[in-house]
Amino acid sequence: MTTAVDRVGRPVRRTTSRAVPYAFLAPAIVLFTVFLLLPIGYAAYLSFRRVQVKGLGLGPGSRIEVFAGLANYRAALGDGELWRGALRVLGYGAILLPTMLGLALLFALLLDLHRSRLRRFSRISIFLPYAVPSVIASLLWGFLYLPAVSPGQYLLRAAGFSEIDLMTSRTIYVALVNIAVWGGVGFNMLVIYTALRAIPHELYESARLDGCSEFQVAWRIKIPLVMPALILTTVFSAIATLQVFSEPTTLRPLTNSLSTTWTPLMKVYRDAFVRNDLYSAAATTMVLAVFTLIVSLGFLRLVQSRAFGQENQ
Amino acid sequence: MTTTAAAPPIEETRPEITRSRPQGIAVLPTLVLLLGALYCLFPVAWVVIASTKSPGELFRTFTFAPGVSIFDNVVDLSTYQGGIYWRWTVNTALYAGVGGLASAFLSGITGYAFAKFRFPGRAFLFNVLLAGVLVPSIILAIPQYLLLAKMGLTNTYWAVLLPSIVSPYGMYLARIYAAAAIPDSLIEAARTDGASEWRIFTAVALPVMRPGLVTVFLFQFVAIWNNFLLPFIMLSDDRKFPVTVGLYTLLNRGNTVPALYTLVITGSLLSIIPLVALFLTLQRYWRIDLVSGAVRA
Repeated sequence: MTTAVDRVGRPVRRTTSRAVPYAFLAPAIVLFTVFLLLPIGYAAYLSFRRVQVKGLGLGPGSRIEVFAGLANYRAALGDGELWRGALRVLGYGAILLPTMLGLALLFALLLDLHRSRLRRFSRISIFLPYAVPSVIASLLWGFLYLPAVSPGQYLLRAAGFSEIDLMTSRTIYVALVNIAVWGGVGFNMLVIYTALRAIPHELYESARLDGCSEFQVAWRIKIPLVMPALILTTVFSAIATLQVFSEPTTLRPLTNSLSTTWTPLMKVYRDAFVRNDLYSAAATTMVLAVFTLIVSLGFLRLVQSRAFGQENQ
Repeated sequence: MTTTAAAPPIEETRPEITRSRPQGIAVLPTLVLLLGALYCLFPVAWVVIASTKSPGELFRTFTFAPGVSIFDNVVDLSTYQGGIYWRWTVNTALYAGVGGLASAFLSGITGYAFAKFRFPGRAFLFNVLLAGVLVPSIILAIPQYLLLAKMGLTNTYWAVLLPSIVSPYGMYLARIYAAAAIPDSLIEAARTDGASEWRIFTAVALPVMRPGLVTVFLFQFVAIWNNFLLPFIMLSDDRKFPVTVGLYTLLNRGNTVPALYTLVITGSLLSIIPLVALFLTLQRYWRIDLVSGAVRA
């Protein structure tokens, strides 16, 4: 067999089998189908079903699954608790996102200032909570909110003031936001900081020569240039916010301010596993999935417009 | 004050800049950063101190007054229900470690195929994948439970491991990295040398992609370690729990048995030590620039 190889000149193209890329993609396609597409399809199917009980509902064959039309959706959307839960999550997100991303941007800009000291220590310390699972973060803060443990409350008592309850039905928002900020600010800071470091220095050296203050450099040059990173962190944080589950669930044993349906996802969990009403839980899941998909469609447009320039010939 | 050695050389060669930009320590920025650092370290410092307190001291003595019971607490935790806590930590390491490795490999091979091959259906398949990034895994958890229950896989290790392996986001990152890091000429050269496609992937592409895949591994490792809902709904046997679900059930029982709170706190401390250590050692392999889109391999 002759091989027409010309290593110095143009390499001779050997036709690779057309099946190769599909073979490489096969495991991903199979797993993706089984664990993403099928579950969604199955949940969609269940959301249109209900159980019909015959007679007393005893014995085999007395409970059969029948088509329910849109009844589960009507019930899900007509349940005021779902909407109240959605409002609570939106309120929580409205406090969380500006606070966390504002702080992340501030810390990133300060890390980017060469005249700040202890930058390595601060960077690592602020990133550290990312290594703590949200359940454990909620657990630690939950204890720190308790009047008997909190050092702030201790000082208030020592100064003769009354304690502030950090877990009333109102302050619980602050309590939850604090946990999420603590866990998330470091990662977002690093993403923005990395984007800042990728900016060529010449871009703001001349502004400095023209007498711009560091604040003006940050506001007029750095922030506009890291806008893509800011949008990206916002979208990711928003998606994470909509699925908030583990923090309120973990805090529940420590307070009476959190119901079992405090967030829509908690309600889905209760419907499915406490009430064993899979059908209505499936309908609510579909509603949430569609809503989240709409919110994050902006992300799709964002990522498609970038990042793939270098591979298309 | 004169410029310190830490200042970049560009400033030293341009003395005229110093006129408008006084050198020295920026006090306010440093203070703000320090405050941020202290805020982030505060609960960690507390859990270290709280786990030295006996159950009696926990709610009595001042928050940051240490006790002397750390050893007793660790013994209590280790003997609780026949040492189930250590089983939880092994389970967590298994879920996150094996799941993360499998996920990184799957992302690698998928990203490589998308970045380096042109084939019919490529754009369609990738769009389906991107849509998967948008579907929050947590919303999938309940449908996944229903399906795995049909397959009789709930309450097994597989129920937590298998769904954790698919990471659309990891595949997306791997594609970006493969596109940026592997020159087409390298693959062509290997092909002309007669290497098989599988060998090109394992011997040529994988080593080049390693930094990106370490990042994917770390992301997925943290995501699995963090995931509460999936094991929470999939598992009913507490011997299969990861540490997060285990500590949550302990906390729940603490309402009636307050002595368990000390175990929860000690368990929290012990479970974050290895993760923090892992972070500090691996953080230089952590390519955040992949996320912010500034990748230059």
